[in-house]
Amino acid sequence: MIRAVFVALFLLAVPARAEIEIKEVTSPGGITAWLVEDHNIPFAALEIQFKGGTSLDAPAKRGAVNLMTATLEEGAGEMDSRAFAEAREALAADISFDSGSDSVGVSVKFLTENRDQVVDLLREALINPRFDQDAVDRVREQVLSNLRSNEKDPGAIASERFDQLAFGDHPYATTGDGTIETVTALTRDDILAAHKGALARDRIYVAASGDITAEELGVLLDRLLGNLPATGAPLPQDAPWLLPAGVTVVDFPTPQSTVFFGQKGIPRDDPDFFPAFVLNEVLGGGRFTARLMSEVREKRGLTYGIGTYLVNMDHADMLLGQFAASNDKVAEAIQVVREEWGRIVTEGVTPEELETTKTYLTGSYPLRFDGNGPIASILVGMQMDGMPRDYVTTRNAKVEAVTMEDIKRVAARLFKPDDLQFVVVGQPEGL
Amino acid sequence: MLGRLGAGAVVALSLTLPAAADEPVTTFTLDNGLNVVVIEDHRAPVVVQMIWYRVGAADEPPGHSGIAHFLEHLMFKGTEKVAPNAFSGIVEAQGGDDNAFTSWDYTAYFQRIAADRLDLVMEMEADRMRNLRLTEDDVATERQVILEERSQRTDSDPSSLLIEQMRAAQYMNHPYAIPVIGWRHEMEQLSREDALSYYERFYAPNNATLVIAGDVEPEAVRALAEKHYGPLEPSEGIVPRERPQEPPQLAERRIVLADERVSEPYVFRTYLAPERDPGDQKTAAALTVLAELLGGNGQTSFLARELQFDRQVAVYSSAFYDGTSIDDGTFGIAVVPAPDVSLETIEGDLDRALEAFLKEGPDPAALERIRTQVRAGEIYARDSVENLANSYGKGLSVGLTVADIDGWDEALSAVTEADVMEAARMVLDRKNAVTGWLTKPAAEGETTE
Repeated sequence: MIRAVFVALFLLAVPARAEIEIKEVTSPGGITAWLVEDHNIPFAALEIQFKGGTSLDAPAKRGAVNLMTATLEEGAGEMDSRAFAEAREALAADISFDSGSDSVGVSVKFLTENRDQVVDLLREALINPRFDQDAVDRVREQVLSNLRSNEKDPGAIASERFDQLAFGDHPYATTGDGTIETVTALTRDDILAAHKGALARDRIYVAASGDITAEELGVLLDRLLGNLPATGAPLPQDAPWLLPAGVTVVDFPTPQSTVFFGQKGIPRDDPDFFPAFVLNEVLGGGRFTARLMSEVREKRGLTYGIGTYLVNMDHADMLLGQFAASNDKVAEAIQVVREEWGRIVTEGVTPEELETTKTYLTGSYPLRFDGNGPIASILVGMQMDGMPRDYVTTRNAKVEAVTMEDIKRVAARLFKPDDLQFVVVGQPEGL
Repeated sequence: MLGRLGAGAVVALSLTLPAAADEPVTTFTLDNGLNVVVIEDHRAPVVVQMIWYRVGAADEPPGHSGIAHFLEHLMFKGTEKVAPNAFSGIVEAQGGDDNAFTSWDYTAYFQRIAADRLDLVMEMEADRMRNLRLTEDDVATERQVILEERSQRTDSDPSSLLIEQMRAAQYMNHPYAIPVIGWRHEMEQLSREDALSYYERFYAPNNATLVIAGDVEPEAVRALAEKHYGPLEPSEGIVPRERPQEPPQLAERRIVLADERVSEPYVFRTYLAPERDPGDQKTAAALTVLAELLGGNGQTSFLARELQFDRQVAVYSSAFYDGTSIDDGTFGIAVVPAPDVSLETIEGDLDRALEAFLKEGPDPAALERIRTQVRAGEIYARDSVENLANSYGKGLSVGLTVADIDGWDEALSAVTEADVMEAARMVLDRKNAVTGWLTKPAAEGETTE
């Protein structure tokens, strides 16, 4: 029965969408992008990522890339903030800018009927943003408001403390939003410099999905991105890994403690990555049958939810987890996590767990490709991770190939119960 | 973050709510009363099954708040055929995902899975409609989980606490006053018997809508539905949902919640507002457009311009309305003042801005841009069959018809300046409103604001 299911799902995963044919498009000007054509619905999604992101900030200018990104939509060329927003509304285009630790992202959806106008509008924002002083100041106030909120948010406090403990003086040690001090001090010139450093052609990754042909995309790429500077600021160095083992309590007046925990992870291109991926899913996957969900929530009722994640950033690899539990129960929950961390090393996983987890991972993979927006986003992620285009057809075979021996070897290599650090924000009892 | 959630949060307005699908939609009803909606989308070999029960937190017996949501959790505990806690595991082992959510008017369960596994998930969903098995242990452990959920989602978040207090003040008689997650003291007392009696009465084919969306053919769905759901007995306990209605609201209510975990004080106001009615969505459509005009966009909306651009007295403003409910809903406005502006001052500024809007009326160009976005929203919406399934399931669960749901975008596009003004004059009445202030506690020797 299980074997039959396997075969069916594997076949499903390969031609999940007969249309999932990923083309590589190179524009006349030399910009490459990946494309999934689908002409069923008259719109397309475009995803652009610039490597570097908020980690490009100099320490004294922390928050510059974030503030710059948030101000891109506040006026460009002849248009002030309001005129730009009205133009976007009149075209019914969906445009969002986002900054992260490793990249600045642009996500766009546009109707086929006014594609050229949307491209022109977006080009103005990317190439020719105004960064008017009043707009910078207004957005700065919103960023500062968020920063003050984060000071009272247990989840934000926990993740910031964790990063401080792990990353020393690397940008990863602090939030890319900056501090109240650095953001307050940022000038318009800092924003212009951040723009010049972050948005450049030498770090660009592009994908499109939907109602657009390869030829049309090629023309679009040059028109939209051709006038960006050829090179940007030097990319960040790899981060040190300084996380000490132990429990760190941050006192915060709340009845429930928020916990961030973790240890060093495993690189995305490591030969043991897939066994590690399967192991993490068995232990801390978001499914209700994963071990931590089962032990901490379903059997003991200690939390509403718990999960662990292999987090692969450009300059650090982590194995992280999080949950929240009442102050009087959090110590017990941490003890269960420690025990499960040890058990996966000493006992590994059962053949049945391995099989059902593989079926879940292979079967759910095609479900991710559910629409133009998600497809464009996945395609850019694959390029940034250095994967080939045929990864979508080989990925499930890599999951399938994981053996019990792999699991045993990698469990011992990856999971280090004695290395775990728990950051607990709240007023936990017995810690 | 995680599933089996109580849908207690503020729902932001979305003009792109999917409504009129260009995808083929087929509806039929089984002999036992089960309504079935099939939405075809053959772009990917994937199907979504959703079962929507026409019962929610507003239908709970008095004193048992949270039972609708608690039962939602317990529905994963097993039947004679499905071992305890195995339901999700079976779906996951087939490569699928499943979850559930509860609101005041409905409780819904869903799976997303390869289209050729529909038979299996239909069999399982039909099985637990009438054959749930619960032990005292299941109930005791899961009660701890929902209490932790309340701690995480409500008690740890001053904003959630303010919204909960404001709802309780907004509704003087209607059970929408009660939080979906439940009041803690009542949640602590919820029993196996409470869950089972609620389940046996309300979980039945004649009180549910089945939505199947994705790579399916309507005739094949009908055959599977007949096979799995067809044999189930209807419940005799299903009566029209006539909840206690609001009396005329004669006095505005004010709530001040002071909490040391607050960093950004703000003003939140809700006005009692009519909902979409079957065959009559005109007022609700006008209110939806009004919310978009007042506070739908951070650069172009009326409140943003008045409070953030022309003067910098606020850092954030927003207006929202969701009319998809059985009884009167709320029209909400939130304003976060600039750091040196008090809540009293910003509330005065907000009220003056609303008066100015009532005097000036909407900008015709802004209204035209909204119409453009509604039309585009119909196209974008077709990209997510899951959102379409949600739209039909939710609409049908609050008593709307397929024609109402299909006609919603048209209703939005037909809204005129006069309609907006009429809706604004009707809804922006402080006698119907609750104004909430979220603040830090006053320091020793200070007075609040």
